[in-house]
Amino acid sequence: MNWLTNFVRPKIRALVRKAEVPENLWHKCPSCGQMLFHRDLEANLYVCQHCGHHMRLQAKRRLAMLFDGGVSTTIELPKAAVDPLRFRDRQRYGERLKEAQEKTGNADAILVAHGTIGGHAVVAAVFDFEFMGGSMGMAVGEALVAAAQLAVLQQAALIAVPSSGGARMQEGILSLMQMPRTVLAVEDVKEAGLPYIVILTDPTTGGVTASFAMLGDIAIAEPGAVVGFAGARVIAETIREQLPDGFQRAEYLLDHGMVDMVVPRHKLRETLARLLDLLRRPGPTAEVLSLPRSDAAAAASRADGARSGQD
Amino acid sequence: MPMRSFLDFEKPIAELEGKIEELRHLTDAGDINIAEEVGKLQVKVDRLLRQTYGKLTAWQKVQVARHPERPHFQDVVRILVEDYMPLAGDRAFAEDRAIQGGIGRLRGRSVIVMGTEKGADTGERVKHNFGMAKPEGYRKARRLMELADRFRLPVITFVDTPGAYPGVDAEQRGQAEAIARAIEACLKLRVPLVACIVGEGGSGGAIALAAGDKVLMLEHAIYSVISPEGCASILWRSADHAQDAAEALKLTAQDLLRLGVADEIVPEPLGGAHRDPKAALDALGERIEWALQQLVGQDGGTLKARRRSKFLEMGKKGLS
Repeated sequence: MNWLTNFVRPKIRALVRKAEVPENLWHKCPSCGQMLFHRDLEANLYVCQHCGHHMRLQAKRRLAMLFDGGVSTTIELPKAAVDPLRFRDRQRYGERLKEAQEKTGNADAILVAHGTIGGHAVVAAVFDFEFMGGSMGMAVGEALVAAAQLAVLQQAALIAVPSSGGARMQEGILSLMQMPRTVLAVEDVKEAGLPYIVILTDPTTGGVTASFAMLGDIAIAEPGAVVGFAGARVIAETIREQLPDGFQRAEYLLDHGMVDMVVPRHKLRETLARLLDLLRRPGPTAEVLSLPRSDAAAAASRADGARSGQD
Repeated sequence: MPMRSFLDFEKPIAELEGKIEELRHLTDAGDINIAEEVGKLQVKVDRLLRQTYGKLTAWQKVQVARHPERPHFQDVVRILVEDYMPLAGDRAFAEDRAIQGGIGRLRGRSVIVMGTEKGADTGERVKHNFGMAKPEGYRKARRLMELADRFRLPVITFVDTPGAYPGVDAEQRGQAEAIARAIEACLKLRVPLVACIVGEGGSGGAIALAAGDKVLMLEHAIYSVISPEGCASILWRSADHAQDAAEALKLTAQDLLRLGVADEIVPEPLGGAHRDPKAALDALGERIEWALQQLVGQDGGTLKARRRSKFLEMGKKGLS
């Protein structure tokens, strides 16, 4: 070949390649279609600046925005039996698992971490929808059991953040059995007198909703999150009717009494901190209890006396 | 004899039994030749039933488990429970006829019984919503469990449901929460809970009544996280693969015993429970009684703790 093909062409390619825009710099909002710059999106906690749409979050990003200072310690999860039924559909389940692990960098559809929120000890169990639709099989069930045990051990609150299509079909009946298992897990936290808070995120359906996810002492939903038992498509096929507007959305759930509150993502940590404070520090605030002998308290009580004198 | 519904794979059996019927109609009283012929055919039918039912595929079991003449909850009450008093309502919204329940005596012992009812004919099926309960059904189940706890009565549940009802009204009233609370109620019981999967154990709608100390399954019953049709349409993108899904899901009683989800299989009469519901339920009644004998008298805390560790250990052993 000549210098034109050997030298010039690669050079030109390299130039062109440099000029190419990496795909992940811009994200399209799935709700309003606006293009969002990745740095803006990250700064806005993956909420669309234009329409307020809350995007699905990777588990590690969720952990980073949940805990104080973004700091938490992810725990190693117990090993569960892999592909117990040797399930195969059009593809082997084992292969699907490997692909999901490579795609997400996680062992399964959940991460468990501990740290503090508003200074309160918290164990969080966070789902990753990117991992096989956040489906719950034995590994996820085992992780929730471990999270609950850790919460009891550390006398910490348990916060579950589901985002899941439901039970993992490829584990058959053993995935269904994660429903009673996870109910037992959160029961332990409750019996230990510790708060169990659920943050329902988009989407939470099926066997996950019908077990631990609906048993929170406090149930919070992110705006617009789809939360329900049966999928909308299944329901539409069953009743052969148009579904109501906003059906199974967080706001619909709030209207129907299924959740305590709908909280936007940027208010989430602050809300959790306040809740934990109210639940875990129920007595009169520390200042009133411990300061009467200090100068400040004496001044305060003089001021109080003055005020009551005026009454 | 009423018309029997035959399943596709029972065709050769149906033909033989049809012949027997014809011959019986021909019979003048005391015609020995015809009686002899009928006897021979009957032997053939029995042999064929034994062969067919001895090696049912998973998909065939799905069909047997859904057989319209399979014993229903109303048969359970009629055959196994004396002095039955039905109890109704969730005290909040409605009476859900997909889940029936009440108090009665099983072999002389006061118990709370409840179960999903699919209905035996078209009218009944509509009345019972094809055995698909709404939140009020699961809330009634929970109420009855709490009643059992208060009077220290064992709870026996009978499961035969395609699953919880997927509908707008069910979602509005918190289907997921109702199921979760029913599971929680099962696990909190301080009295024995014996769960019997009689026909179809459909997903969350089944486990809501079946997180028990002992889970008994009739020989040809199934229990699954999703229907084979639903699984096929999601994973194979076509409901035509329901047979493959039925195999892959490992939903037969025999699979579930091996996986430690079922504790015991109760054999069915030759040719399935639908051929002789009374015999099938009598056999089930025996095993329920046996299970109760092991459980009644145990301290409430012990029962609850053992049930808890049974479920927590599940899936940790017995896997290939």
